[in-house]
Amino acid sequence: MDKIYSINGPIVKVKASRSFSMMEMVYVGKKRLISEVIGVNSDFTTIQVYEGTTGLMPGEPVVGTGAAMSAVLGPGIITNIFDGIERPLRSLAELSGAYIADGAQADPLDKQKKFDCTIKVRVGDTLSAGQIYCTCPETAVIEHRCMLSPLSKGGEVIWTAPDGSYSIDETVVKLKNPNGETEELTLCQRWPIRTPRPSAERLPIDRPLITGQRVIDTIAPIAKGGTAAIPGGFGTGKTMTQHQLAKWCDADIIVYIGCGERGNEMTQVLEEFSELIDPRTGRPLTDRTVLIANTSNMPVAAREASIYTGITLAEYYRDMGYHIAIMADSTSRWAEALRELSGRLEEMPAEEGFPAYLPSRISEFYERAGYVKTLGGSEGSVSIIGAVSPQGSDFSEPVTQNTKRFVRCFWALDKSLAYARHYPAINWNTSYSEYTDDLADYFKKNVAPDFMQVRQEISNILLEENRLMEIVKLMGTDVLPDDQKLLIETARAVRVGFLQQNAYHKDDTYVPLSKQYLMMKITLEFYRLARQALADGAAVDSVLSLGWIEKLIKIKYDIPNDKEEMFDEYSAQLKSDFEKLNGGAAVGA
Amino acid sequence: MELKYIGLNEINGPLVALDNVSGIGYDEMAELRLKDGSRRLGRVVEISEGRAVLQVFEGTKGLALNNTVTKFEGKPMELPLSKEMLGRIFSGAGKPIDGLGDIYPEKFKDINGLPLNPVSREYPRNYINTGISSIDALMTLIRGQKLPIFSGSGLSHNKLAVQIVRQAKIADENGQDFAIVFGAMGVKNDVADYFKRSFEETGSLQRVAMFLNMSNDPIIERILTPRCALTCAEYLAFEHNMHILVILTDMTAYAEALREFSSSKGEIPARKGYPGYLYSDLASLYERAGVVRGSTGSVTQIPILTMPNDDITHPVPDLTGYITEGQIVLDRTLDQSGVYPAVSVLPSLSRLMKDGIGEGYTREDHQMCANQLFAAYAKVSDARALASVIGEEELSVTDKAYMKFGALFEKHFIDQGFDVNRSIEQTLDLGWSLLSTLPKSELDRVDDEHIQKFYDPEKARTELGL
Repeated sequence: MDKIYSINGPIVKVKASRSFSMMEMVYVGKKRLISEVIGVNSDFTTIQVYEGTTGLMPGEPVVGTGAAMSAVLGPGIITNIFDGIERPLRSLAELSGAYIADGAQADPLDKQKKFDCTIKVRVGDTLSAGQIYCTCPETAVIEHRCMLSPLSKGGEVIWTAPDGSYSIDETVVKLKNPNGETEELTLCQRWPIRTPRPSAERLPIDRPLITGQRVIDTIAPIAKGGTAAIPGGFGTGKTMTQHQLAKWCDADIIVYIGCGERGNEMTQVLEEFSELIDPRTGRPLTDRTVLIANTSNMPVAAREASIYTGITLAEYYRDMGYHIAIMADSTSRWAEALRELSGRLEEMPAEEGFPAYLPSRISEFYERAGYVKTLGGSEGSVSIIGAVSPQGSDFSEPVTQNTKRFVRCFWALDKSLAYARHYPAINWNTSYSEYTDDLADYFKKNVAPDFMQVRQEISNILLEENRLMEIVKLMGTDVLPDDQKLLIETARAVRVGFLQQNAYHKDDTYVPLSKQYLMMKITLEFYRLARQALADGAAVDSVLSLGWIEKLIKIKYDIPNDKEEMFDEYSAQLKSDFEKLNGGAAVGA
Repeated sequence: MELKYIGLNEINGPLVALDNVSGIGYDEMAELRLKDGSRRLGRVVEISEGRAVLQVFEGTKGLALNNTVTKFEGKPMELPLSKEMLGRIFSGAGKPIDGLGDIYPEKFKDINGLPLNPVSREYPRNYINTGISSIDALMTLIRGQKLPIFSGSGLSHNKLAVQIVRQAKIADENGQDFAIVFGAMGVKNDVADYFKRSFEETGSLQRVAMFLNMSNDPIIERILTPRCALTCAEYLAFEHNMHILVILTDMTAYAEALREFSSSKGEIPARKGYPGYLYSDLASLYERAGVVRGSTGSVTQIPILTMPNDDITHPVPDLTGYITEGQIVLDRTLDQSGVYPAVSVLPSLSRLMKDGIGEGYTREDHQMCANQLFAAYAKVSDARALASVIGEEELSVTDKAYMKFGALFEKHFIDQGFDVNRSIEQTLDLGWSLLSTLPKSELDRVDDEHIQKFYDPEKARTELGL
């Protein structure tokens, strides 16, 4: 039997053993702590323990499982809350009380619960990897589709159970594979968390992940199957932005990974999401949400694993043909977990103590996103939105820089915006999205033919303002000519009225693309008329005294989301106001 | 049979190593007895077959390879706990040092605590009225929150902490179930005295448990101090259903102790020499604040830390800010101009505020008033920056209005004084008065209904004495 030789924090070594393989899941000690083999040589096997090692002694047993660290995949995942290694936290609370004791064990999925299954195959059918053989309603909005594991060789169906209620461990279909062996299929399967699940092919990205957040949807949109990073110092609203996206984005399923973050935030998600109703389905948001909570005070090795557990769950649902969005808050804590473990392994550090393999790990993670054709033949996607917490708010630190290389959407949070309580504090000048061109066709077809043009004009106003602000900072607005004063004021309307969005306002928390478009459109209409008026000789003060800037700023509250026809009234009013202005000027002359 | 080991094999800084040991667990406590009869405590920080590395809390001064006898306790460090701990003073390692003898323990608990299951947490919602306008209105403290004070050497953070303790209506009406746990890590004797005297003056000394590790006490003991304090706090809060306010000062000294300990263990440093696990380590302390389902008690933390060179990007304030639910930042310029409390409004924040204010908690207009004050004060700094370049005379009318607002805001709202205790109504009304000195069109975070109700320049002029 293999025994513990040494213990240093979460790292345990076993001397001269030949019984373990790399990345194998093992149980360490008498408490059977869940662990993973991370290094093997002829002298030592190095193991990282996913739980606290207090009280562990050299000489205690180490038992292998023969399999890699795997997630159990089956109905019962949605609405659940797991820790980083897929232990269900609700069951743990029932077992060991308010605090998570070492060695506490519970089955990831409820083995007692019965699901109403419909068998989708008949005796004589051939089934290949990724094909669906059984479905059952998992929540009111998600139908769970049990698929043949991608590892299976497939085969001919030789027996099926009748439709009815089954628990996850009951056999519903039997297969005879090409070698003549019988394979029994239940409602669940296992998958090693560090291996990406295969798909038939990657499809080009052409659909946006609509979030209802104006600065994201119009300035730096993300695509379904895309990747985005939200870097920002503390207090700039990373978590808040992630919560908003998790609530409102049009994915079918949300996997929310609380990786080394605050316990109270997870509690907030739990409470808030069970109360909030998804406007598309009329059901609580929890019905489409899985939470992975490995808070900052939970074991650091499990924090490292939580990211992989989360993406494995997401890929599993993608293979059923769903669109998944992953919120990873925060990937910096994950990188720090890597650093901590690397330090304990006495590896040679690269930048700022981070291991040299940091960039490759980050890219491996983000590359698991994508819009794919699944093995079963349907389409699904995994989009990843990762928060980054740069040390000292310095975007040049290794995690931010390496993340920037592997994501195509960058939403930079800005401290000075957050200080002025401009939320979401996404800086429109430093943020970008590489998906804009990929998504142009979608916007043209589904929102408005001139959407891209309107969007560009709004961007230009902001860009121009940014340039003028250099002068304003030195000399004040008074020295500017009238047309530039008008631009500064219009830009203010864009910033305060359009980019800033109130997450606590019932209408403003989620704004459909069509309203976003109309808001931009009327702002541009004002700008066009106002410039015309200036050209016709009106003074900028008389243009501004029409009060339209204030009106544009409040449009987000004054026009409810379901009353877009009011924009026509506004537009008519705008025109008549300017006609009056011109008329007045003519009389004066 | 009890095994004792004679002698040591290696001494290095606060660490000692023993060879040929067996049956010892990771994190286990040990007692080292010296020839002269004195005892020291140690903890196993690394163990392999036959060799254990111990960290000695009282330091290794006077230890030799042949003058000690080591006894292992067979369990991690536990703190004896009792309700009688209130009114007592302990060393940083939890030993009574007030000469009143040992406490009679009702329970022993591992000082490292265990991670709290997120599903067992209750989301904190009850606000604590501190009577300090800047905090109540703009960064409201919530029961069960961890809200640090980011300060610098020489600023009035201690005074502010005392004022919060004195004025905070943290308890329910009867006030019976409220207590303070005070943990001092590496503070000057004067500071500890100041707190002790202040608790005495406010008559709350009987409700305070103090854990003191002075700046000249061993650094290794400093690593235990906040853990002892929090274990005591958790016990009182969740087993005796009390509302506990924990004040920890100074977290920077704690982090430095951790760095010293880490480097003597030969660990690979991350930023500024601090160990790579500083974040996890700090989190294991801060995350012990909260409200647990099934208990009516709460642990609220106000850690105080001094930013070296007033640098908020230094690893200690930086990582703290990422863990805690907001921060109160003190500002040296304000302090020098005589403003007390010198709260720097813009970088300060309370994350839990939004759910603990408004109708049913404070007042329905609270959020709007706070948002507008923040937005307006942010513009003040822009106007000031501009004025420093082109001179105040050249500013536009709006910018001038902001300059005036800024001065009034600092004079009436922030500069409150040590003895003034304002109710939340007074604070919010004052906030609206200040906003009323601005042109109506500048209030872009307030809806018309509230402008109607609260915008009143006339009233503002009389109230602010203009």
